Amino acid sequence: MSSNIRLIARLDIKGPNLIKGIHLEGLRVIGDPNQYAKKYYEAGVDEIIYMDTVASLYGRNNLSDIVRKTVKDVYIPVTVGGGIRSIDDVKHILRCGAEKVAINTAVTKRPELIKEVSRKFGSQCMVLSIEAKKIDENKWEVYTENGRQKTGRDVIEWAMEACELEAGEILLTSIDQEGTKKGFDYNLIKEVSNKVPIPVIASGGMGCHEDLLKVVNESKADAVAMADILHYDKSSLQEIRNYSLQNNLNVRNYET
Amino acid sequence: MKPKISIVDYGLCNLYNVSNAFEHIGADVKIISSPEEANKAERIVLPGVGAFKNGMRGLNLRNLIDPLKEHAHKKLPFLGICLGMQMMFDISYEFGEIEGLNLISGKVEKIPDHGTNKEKHKIPHIGWNKLEIIQNKSSLQLTNNASMYFVHSYRGICANQNNLLAKTVYNGLDIASVVFNENSYGCQFHPEKSGKEGLNILKEFLNL
Repeated sequence: MSSNIRLIARLDIKGPNLIKGIHLEGLRVIGDPNQYAKKYYEAGVDEIIYMDTVASLYGRNNLSDIVRKTVKDVYIPVTVGGGIRSIDDVKHILRCGAEKVAINTAVTKRPELIKEVSRKFGSQCMVLSIEAKKIDENKWEVYTENGRQKTGRDVIEWAMEACELEAGEILLTSIDQEGTKKGFDYNLIKEVSNKVPIPVIASGGMGCHEDLLKVVNESKADAVAMADILHYDKSSLQEIRNYSLQNNLNVRNYET
Repeated sequence: MKPKISIVDYGLCNLYNVSNAFEHIGADVKIISSPEEANKAERIVLPGVGAFKNGMRGLNLRNLIDPLKEHAHKKLPFLGICLGMQMMFDISYEFGEIEGLNLISGKVEKIPDHGTNKEKHKIPHIGWNKLEIIQNKSSLQLTNNASMYFVHSYRGICANQNNLLAKTVYNGLDIASVVFNENSYGCQFHPEKSGKEGLNILKEFLNL
C-alpha cells in the first residue's frame, strides 16, 4: 500500500439543505450541511465534498454561504462541485474557503477549461467529476446534470484525456450504484484507476464496510466518497477506520 | 496583544485558507506583497501551490527575494508551506534548474513514479500521511506520528541532515516533511488543512 486511503464525506446540497437521493435523483432532506460537516470533521473525516445538486438548473453554484460558514469550523480540504463553469467561478469559491473544485458539465463542453484551472490554481485544485452510466460490459458513458444528460463520451477515454489536460484527481460517481447502498461499480473504478496516473475517488454505492475494502483492494481506488452510510448513521468514521486497520488498509491516524 | 503574522501574496495562490486558520488560532493576520511590508514583518508565512518557477518569478517581480532572505538571516520566524517550503531550498529541477531562497541547503526534485518496491504509485502524493520525527532540537515542537494533509509532486532533499526535523514515507520513499534552519521552518504538508494536529503546528509557530 503506497499511501493512506482517504475517507471522504460527500454532502449533496439542495438550497440550504443536505439531501440524499438514489441514482442522483429523488431527493430527500437530511439536515443542515454545516452541522454534518462539523460532525464528520470532529470524527476525523479526511475531506469534505460539497455538491450543489441544483446548480445546473440555476446555471451557477449556490454554495458560497455554506462553504464560508463551514471553513470557520472545519480545517481539512473542502471540495466544491456543481455549476462551476469558469475561472471566475473557481476564483470565487476558492475565496469562500474551498480548497478544490469538482467540475463536470463545463469541462465536457469545453475540455480546455481543465488546463486553464490547473495552470491558474494548480492541478491539485482541479478535480474532474465524472458521472458514469454503464452502457455495456466494461463500457460507460459520461453523463451530466446529475445523471440526466448524455454526452456521448466514453468514460475511460475522457478520464485519460483529462489527465493530458492536467486534471489533479478524478471523482468517479457511478449513477447506477449511487444511493443504492449496494456497493460500488467495481469494474468502473478499476478500469479508470488502472488507466490514469492521478488519484481516483470512488463514489456511489457504499453501503457497508466490506464495500470499502473491495473498492480499494480490487478496484485500486485512492479515496472513497461516502454519503448514506454516514448520513443515516449506518456506521461511524471511527468504526470505518477501525475496520480498515483490522483489514490492513492504511488510513489516517486519528484520535478523537 | 494578538501575535502578528504576515502572509506573503506573490500572485500565485489562494491565501484564504492559511489566513483563515491563523485567524482561528488568534493571530493578527496581514497580507503583504511589497519589500517594505516584508522588512517590517515580525513573522512571515510563505504559502504556495503550483510550480517552483512561477513561485520564484512571483517573488522576484515583487522584489521580495532579498527581504525574505534578510528576514530569515535576522533569525526572525519564517514558515514556508508546500511550495513555500520547497522555495526555501537552494535549487529545484522542476522545468530546468531554478535557484531558490537558499535557506535550506539541498534540492527539490520530482517524486519518482515508483516506490522502493518497484511498484508504480500515483503522483501527486495526495492524502494524509504521518510525520516521523528525526530530531527534536528545534523550538517548534512536533508530535511523532501525527497525520498531516499532503498534496505535492516534488520533494525536498536536504544536503545537510541537521536541517531535517521530520520525514514522511510514501511507498518507501522518504519525503522531507519538516525542515528548519535557525528560526526558519518549512512544512511540505498543509498545516492549515490538517485538522487539529495541523493547527497545533501553526500555534507553535505563533509562539516562536
